[in-house]
Amino acid sequence: MTQISGNLRRRQLWDKVMLGLLVLGSLVVVAPLVLVLSKVFLTGFSALNLAFFTQDFQPVEAGGGGLRHAIVGTILMNLLALLIGGTLGLAGGILLSEYPDHPVNPTLRVISDLLNGLPALLKGLVIYTLVVIPTGSFSGYAGALALGLVMVPIVLRATEGVLKLVPWNVREAGLGLGLPRWRVILSLVLPAASSGVITGLMLGFARAAGEAAPLYFTAGGSQYLNFNLSQQTESLALTIYKYANEPSPLRVEQAWAAALVLTLLVLIASLLARWVARVRP
Amino acid sequence: MEEKQSLISPPVPLAQLGEDQNLKPRMETRGLSVYYGKKMGVGSVTMPIYTNQVTALIGPSGCGKTTFLRALNRMHDLTPIARVEGEAILDGQNIYTPGVDPVEIRRKIGMVFQKPNPFPTLSIYDNVVAGLKLLGVGKKSVLDEAAERSLRQSALWDEVKDRLRAPGMSLSGGQQQRLCIARALAVQPEVLLMDEPTSALDPISTQAIEDLMTTLKKHVTIVIVTHNMQQAARVSDFTGYFLTGELVEFGPTNTLFTAPKDPRTEAYITGRFG
Repeated sequence: MTQISGNLRRRQLWDKVMLGLLVLGSLVVVAPLVLVLSKVFLTGFSALNLAFFTQDFQPVEAGGGGLRHAIVGTILMNLLALLIGGTLGLAGGILLSEYPDHPVNPTLRVISDLLNGLPALLKGLVIYTLVVIPTGSFSGYAGALALGLVMVPIVLRATEGVLKLVPWNVREAGLGLGLPRWRVILSLVLPAASSGVITGLMLGFARAAGEAAPLYFTAGGSQYLNFNLSQQTESLALTIYKYANEPSPLRVEQAWAAALVLTLLVLIASLLARWVARVRP
Repeated sequence: MEEKQSLISPPVPLAQLGEDQNLKPRMETRGLSVYYGKKMGVGSVTMPIYTNQVTALIGPSGCGKTTFLRALNRMHDLTPIARVEGEAILDGQNIYTPGVDPVEIRRKIGMVFQKPNPFPTLSIYDNVVAGLKLLGVGKKSVLDEAAERSLRQSALWDEVKDRLRAPGMSLSGGQQQRLCIARALAVQPEVLLMDEPTSALDPISTQAIEDLMTTLKKHVTIVIVTHNMQQAARVSDFTGYFLTGELVEFGPTNTLFTAPKDPRTEAYITGRFG
C-alpha cells in the first residue's frame, strides 16, 4: 500500500509539473501578442480624436489633419480584394478538396504554394507589371488586385482543409438523393464547413488589411479622399509605414492611431462575419 | 433425405418460385462486375430485383455485397479507381449506357447507408425535404405534405411532429436512421437500396426499421445488404448469397434458407463459417 501511494504522489507531482510547463509555454506564445496589442491600444487611443475620422491629409503645420481618406481607401480596397481573392481562393479550395483527381490540381497546388511563399512586395510588382504599366497609372483597382493575390493562397488552403473535414458520408447522402454534384457541394458540404470557411476568409482579409508592401507599386497612396478606385488610393497600412518614419512626433502619434483603427477594423470585420454566419438560417 | 434431394434437384424457374405469380423484375443485372484497379470486387453477377419485394444480399465480410449494392445506383462513379462492367437494367434501360445521367438514376434509386448520416447543419424538417428543395421544389404546401408523408412512412412522424425545427443530429441513432429513410423516401424513389441499415442500431430500433420495410415494400422495391442472416430471413422475400465477389445462389428466401442448392450456401446458413 505504502508503495502504491508513494508512486501515486510522484505521478501527481509530475502531472502538475507538466501542466505548469504547458501553461508557461502558452504564456510565452501569447505574451508578445498581448504586449503589441496593449501598446497599440494605449498609445493609439490617446492619439485618436474626432479630426482623425473627419479630416483628410493636412500638413503638420496646419494641424496634421486626419486619416479619413486612408480609412475609406482601406475599406474599399479590402472589400474588393476580398471579393476577388475570396472567390478565387474558395474556388481553388473546392477544386482541391472535392475533385482531388482533377488534372489541374498539381499545378494549382504548386501555384498556391508559390504564391504563399512569395513576399508581398513581389505580389505588388506582379500587379505593377500586369496592370499598372499597361494602364499607365497607380490605382485602387491595382491595389485591390495585389491584396487579392495576398488572400488567395490563405483562403485556398483554409477552404481545402475544412472541406476535407466534412465527413464523406454527407456527400454520399446528397448524391444518393439524386442531387447533382455541384448542388451537393454548394448546399450541403460548404454549409457544413461554413464556420471554417469564414475563418479562412477572415484570416486572408486580416492579412491583406495589414499589408503595406503590395500597395506601394499598385495603389500608390494618396492625400485626398476618394471613392473612385480608378484613382490613386491611400490605405492605413501605407500610412502607418510612411508616418512612422517621419520626424514629426504628431505623425508618429497618427501612425499609432492608424494602427489602432486598422486593428479595430479587422476585429469588427471578423465579428460581423461570425454574426452573419450565425444569423443565416 | 428430403433435403439431400432438393440439393440435387434441377433449379426451378424463378417465375414459378414466388408466392405471387405476377412477379416482375424492377431491376436486373446481367454479368455485372466491379473492379477496384485490377482487383475484382464483384464478378459477373446476374440477378433480378423484383418489384415491391424485399431482396436481401447476405454473405461474409468482404464478399462484395455492398460493392454490388453501390453498383446499382452508380455510387462507384465517385471512386476513381472503381470500374463497372456488365449491365444493370432499370425499367428496360442499362444505367451504365453512355449518356445516362447518374444523377437521374440516383433520383429513381435511393440509398440508405450503414451509419445514419443526417445533414449536420439541417433541421429534421429540412433534412427530410432537402432532396426536393435542392431539386427546385419551393412550394411550402408541397414540401410540408412530402415531409409528413415521408416521416409517417418511416414511422418517425409521431416522435418528431412537435419538433420538426430541431436539428436532425439531436435525434437518437435509431431515429436518425429513420430520418435518413424518410429523406430518401421524400424524393419518391422506385427502388431503395439499404446498406446494412441496422448494423449501428440497438435491437428496438432494428425492429422498428424491419417492421418498416414490410410496410414500405408496398410503395417501393427494397434491396437490403445485411450481415445478419436472421434479419434476411425475417424481412426479405428473395435472398442472394455472395461469396468472394460471386453470387453463389439466389432464390426465394424460404427456399434458400430451408433447402439451399449450393453446399457453400448451406455451409454459411448453418453457421459452419462466416
